[in-house]
Amino acid sequence: MRGAIAAVGLLIVVGLAGGAARIVVAAEEPMTLADGPGRDLTIGRCIICHSLEYIPSNAPVMNRAGWQKTIQKMKDRFGAPITDEESKEILDYLDAHYSGKV
Amino acid sequence: MLRRRELLLGAAGGWLASRAPGAAATPEQVLGTLTGKKPLIQHAFRPPNFETPLKDLIPAFTPNDVFFVRYHLAVIPRINPATWRLAVGGSSVGTALNLSLQELQHDFERVELAAVNQCSGNRRGLFTPRAAGVQWGNGAMGNALWSGVRLRDVLRRARIAPDALEVVFNGADTPVLPGTPDFVKSLPAERALDENTLIAFAMNGRPLPHWNGAPARLIVPGWTGTYWMKHLTDIRVEPRAFDGFWMKSAYRLPTGAFPGYRFASQENPETTPITEMLVNSLITSHVSGARLHRGVAATLSGKAWDNGAGIEGVEISVDGRRNWRDAVLGRDLGRYAWREFHLPLDTSASGALTAAVRARSRNGARQPDALTVNAAGYHDNIVQTVTLEVA
Ligand code: HEC
Repeated sequence: MRGAIAAVGLLIVVGLAGGAARIVVAAEEPMTLADGPGRDLTIGRCIICHSLEYIPSNAPVMNRAGWQKTIQKMKDRFGAPITDEESKEILDYLDAHYSGKV
Repeated sequence: MLRRRELLLGAAGGWLASRAPGAAATPEQVLGTLTGKKPLIQHAFRPPNFETPLKDLIPAFTPNDVFFVRYHLAVIPRINPATWRLAVGGSSVGTALNLSLQELQHDFERVELAAVNQCSGNRRGLFTPRAAGVQWGNGAMGNALWSGVRLRDVLRRARIAPDALEVVFNGADTPVLPGTPDFVKSLPAERALDENTLIAFAMNGRPLPHWNGAPARLIVPGWTGTYWMKHLTDIRVEPRAFDGFWMKSAYRLPTGAFPGYRFASQENPETTPITEMLVNSLITSHVSGARLHRGVAATLSGKAWDNGAGIEGVEISVDGRRNWRDAVLGRDLGRYAWREFHLPLDTSASGALTAAVRARSRNGARQPDALTVNAAGYHDNIVQTVTLEVA
């Protein structure tokens, strides 16, 4: 599993390097999220613009409404490419594993 | 891989624990290494958000290799200083400029200034109720000697017009996806023309480290770090208010809730931009739980800072905030720098010793006992306490 996640990170680095000259992206330590349905989709969407630490680090602040607002903010304010259907799956996943938890 | 992970102060539950007002928290800290930096407290690897550990806030000037790192956007080019250009334009300049680093360094008077750079979100992770965002502890700040040129001299060279309302700054970092707003900030023309607002290319006598904004960044002493644009590439002078996301929607406070400079052209009845830092202090010599030997001299020390009015005094109470004694202040490094303070502790009796510290600014403000709650978790400047054990 760790390998699969590292590959996601690597793809992004390569994608960026194609677009601009010299981008400093050092090796990103593979990081995974809690096991459960919706995890791979959540990782796939939420790793595009930033590493995944924001999810566990904000867990203590969050509940279902908080995650809903955050996903909406990522889409509306930051242009995250996440469909409504995907949002629902990601919300269920985040709420199950990262609401009010470390 | 240059990175190592370790748990410091792995206080069970410390990360979750909400802080009683004024009590120092010891959240779980993960150290990470960023190229060219010593291990720092890692909040995010991409974009890099790394905090300075408490022990590295002890020196009067925070060394470059431990100075905190804060980014919003993950595409961060490493800039070649030989080809870098700074563009100065906009509808409120008479002559657009396109400066090389060499021109910037040699065509304008060089100035040096010691100043605290503190992230707006410093201490958010200690905030009660908790606020979303990077969960910074106390170390999203540092004090450095910045060298560069006055922004005002550059703006005058560009013949800034009397109708200038805001000056807008962009840096070389960009978003991963085009739908994310670029990180662009503005200042009131008045603040941009202040003699202390600088374009710096050196920090503590060395070229700016990459992660702290090489080859040139803005220095807005007294104001929170969000305005200190790194990897500066564009300056635009405009007769109207800039309406980008990072001004209109982010870095805002409830209008009228806090003292400090009012950024009138960006204010609305509900919210207003964060601007100046509030008077604040940090104990750097001890953390709660530290043990002191009975009868052995011990000194409580730390740093105090404000919006540049200058620290007038720092008081310490060891009796539950009833009586306060003045601490001894260290060398004055300039009104925008932090000021060290020291106070010998009485260790003659064993048991718990709780010390509270509050700083007083020459602007009349003093650190409060209670937080002013705001959604983004900004401006935590409440009186800090540490509880030590004398045995
Ligand atoms: C299109 C880019 C993008 C995508 C995709 C994205 N984010 Fe973000 N995210 C951002 C930006 C930009 C910030 C603000 C960073 C800052 O202020 O430092 C952010 C910040 C956050 C924060 C900090 C709190 C806040 O509101 O600022 C959390 C939590 C977060 N993202 C979670 C997620 C989750 C969960 C996903 C997947 C559903 C996700 N992000 C996908 C761009 C994105």
